[in-house]
Amino acid sequence: MHRTGELFGQFKTLEQQKETATLGMWIFLVTEILFFGGLFLTYTINRHEFPSAFGVAGNMLDLNLGFANTIVLIASSFTMAMSVWSAETSRKKAIVVWLIATLVLGSVFLGIKVVEYKQKFDHHLVPGRNFDITYCSNSRNPCGLNAKDFENEQKEVREAIEAEGDYAKEQGFSYPGTMGMTAVNAHAQLYFSLYFGMTGLHALHMIVGAGLLLYLILEARKGRFDANYNTPVENIGLYWHFVDIVWIFLFPLLYLINRHLI
Amino acid sequence: MDGTTTAATGEFQLPREHYLNAKYGIRSWLLTTDHKRIALLYLASVTFFFFVGGIFATLIRIHLLTPNGLLVTPETYNKLFTMHGVAMIFFFLIPSIPAVLGNFLIPIMIGAKDLAFPKINLLSWYIYLVGGCFVLYSFGTGGLDTGWTFYTPLSSIYSNSAVTPAVIGIFINGFSSILTGLNFLVTVHTMRAPGMTWFRLPLFVWAHYATSLIMVLGTPVIAITLLLAGLERMFHFGFFNPAYGGDPILFQHLFWFYSHPAVYIMILPAMGVISEIIPTFVRKPIFGYSFIAASSIGIAVIGFIVWAHHMFVTGEATYAAIAFSFLSYIVAVPSAVKVFNWTATLYKGSISYDTPMLYALGFIGLFTIGGLTGLFLACLGLDIHLHDTYFVIAHFHYIMVGGAVMGYVGGLHFWWPKITGRLYPEYLARAAAIILFIGFNLTFFPQFILGGLGSPRRYSNYPPEFQVLNVMSTAGASILALGYLLPMVYLTWSMRYGKIAGPNPWPTTGLEWKTNSPPLTENFHETPVVDWEPYDFVHRPDLGLKGAKPPGKLAPAHGDD
Repeated sequence: MHRTGELFGQFKTLEQQKETATLGMWIFLVTEILFFGGLFLTYTINRHEFPSAFGVAGNMLDLNLGFANTIVLIASSFTMAMSVWSAETSRKKAIVVWLIATLVLGSVFLGIKVVEYKQKFDHHLVPGRNFDITYCSNSRNPCGLNAKDFENEQKEVREAIEAEGDYAKEQGFSYPGTMGMTAVNAHAQLYFSLYFGMTGLHALHMIVGAGLLLYLILEARKGRFDANYNTPVENIGLYWHFVDIVWIFLFPLLYLINRHLI
Repeated sequence: MDGTTTAATGEFQLPREHYLNAKYGIRSWLLTTDHKRIALLYLASVTFFFFVGGIFATLIRIHLLTPNGLLVTPETYNKLFTMHGVAMIFFFLIPSIPAVLGNFLIPIMIGAKDLAFPKINLLSWYIYLVGGCFVLYSFGTGGLDTGWTFYTPLSSIYSNSAVTPAVIGIFINGFSSILTGLNFLVTVHTMRAPGMTWFRLPLFVWAHYATSLIMVLGTPVIAITLLLAGLERMFHFGFFNPAYGGDPILFQHLFWFYSHPAVYIMILPAMGVISEIIPTFVRKPIFGYSFIAASSIGIAVIGFIVWAHHMFVTGEATYAAIAFSFLSYIVAVPSAVKVFNWTATLYKGSISYDTPMLYALGFIGLFTIGGLTGLFLACLGLDIHLHDTYFVIAHFHYIMVGGAVMGYVGGLHFWWPKITGRLYPEYLARAAAIILFIGFNLTFFPQFILGGLGSPRRYSNYPPEFQVLNVMSTAGASILALGYLLPMVYLTWSMRYGKIAGPNPWPTTGLEWKTNSPPLTENFHETPVVDWEPYDFVHRPDLGLKGAKPPGKLAPAHGDD
């Protein structure tokens, strides 16, 4: 392992070394944008294609948990920015504190995500054989919704089935009612494929980020980072902010479109 | 330059210290961060995959000797052409020139001690190996029958072959490509020696810069696409499955968004090689330096907006098809700029037909045929007839084999003295280059005719009237195989017994020829300072050419003559 500010053999100066590492990180983030870009494109096309099924499916996400996670993640961006600042101003103790705060907030985010995934599993919203978009709105109220939410959910599902049924009728299919039901269930399943794909990939990036933070904390405790040498803090900070920004796009796309806030 | 010449005899000797004898033992290779050693690790592994792909190609050609197929069942035939494509494209053509020659040469050409991230460079070789193991596992456990394009829903639902490990392998391998591209981009930006300005960069480096842009911007898209297809196959997610409202055509769009630019990942580095070889054996600055440099970037940029020409008959809006047809014509322009400039460089030059030059001249001819037949396929009306026929096969093999592989083998011959410090037997090498050229044309030219007559690709049998052309093609393939085996043999032989080359055997102008052959681990004794223009043979008395003028007045870098 290299010591503070050690110059690697292939470079001439420390400035060149830092510039190189930072440029490398930015290019890596560009590849990440393209990577998530494929998913965002798939999402956008299908959202446009199936607005009613995606609308009703999006409403089944837990807005409170999603919102809480957004706050947690923005806060973690702040603490990350503070640890970069502490490194640049040689506040060696503060770096560790802010990094630990970031790691804690990141873990809280992942914890909340686990709760959400568990909920989706209980509500039969994981794509596969047991997927059932009407599960929470069936007459037994198995998800334990309060009266108003339960009524809203029943109404939304009914409307979506009607909308897709109308489309089936327009296309001249027989049994438009059944077709509507089948279509909503299929398209909502596509929505949840995208939900798990996008948030899962995001969570994977968070887990990698947590590992990187752990490395930074161990190094920072040895006093490795100061105003002269802080490239790892800065670059992992860039990565962390990038992962946050992905969530800033995911949250409105997945949780907020078609949301009835009243 | 110590220990390279003996004044008494004029014979060269190997330098006392170089990267090959700096350390010994298996660990010194497997844990090396020296870009030159990593290049040789890549050389061994891409050669391995070239032969894996070559064996499948051989079986295909033997099978097609008779109209009803000679060797295998139709199902096995599907697997053969799929595995041929996967091995050749993802594990040979894409890494070949960048990871072998680019890795070896870029730092030396720009006067650096190594790439910007030497450990990441080694990591990308290991990622390549892990990806390769997954794919070999797929080949060994039932094979793969989806075509190298992995179209859904065949790959995600219907195929009963080992698709999952292959998709995982290619997904992993993508990160090797991304990291190599990232390393090159950063290296070119931050590691250049004093005096090595952007417009003094060798055109080989410009070509690799453009290639790296494509690797960095395109590869993540194929990664996410294969990930989605894999999730669909493994967990029945519905991204591309019509039963859930997913769209198989979307897979094709995403797939070709990478896989068309990937064609330029394969050909651009070869163009870089040719741009180095031609001026060397013409003894003349390359014609239109800045146009060749800019056309590399132009190909990389325009190459990203032509992908849907692969889908003219799979169903897309007519207006979209017209736009993509037009753009596909446009992308031919920068390629043509290169061909014109190489040809103009030959004009009034003193041409010598050394082995690398034979490959370069072969490249120009074959690439021109391949490129022009590409325009046939970009034409909307004609494509309806030619699509999915042998015409397409012939077209892209003229680009991929006649272009990329010719460039790779030519480049290996050109820099072999630098890599190993030794020369290969020149006349044998010239014979091999000519055998390769004849074998190649005999293999693939008949396929243009087959395609024009309407013979579809990917079928394990064909009507009896096409037998003559198929037999010609198979005969050509056996000559082609000889053309590949010969260099394998004499290049390996030369590593031990070849004549000592000396630092600059051709001679030529690049910075890589100013250091020892083979170079030191650090490439140069001290950081070089560049005070000459690229490809200037006149103001370079150090090359020992007749009529050299003293340095000082700098010749214009580009556009003279």
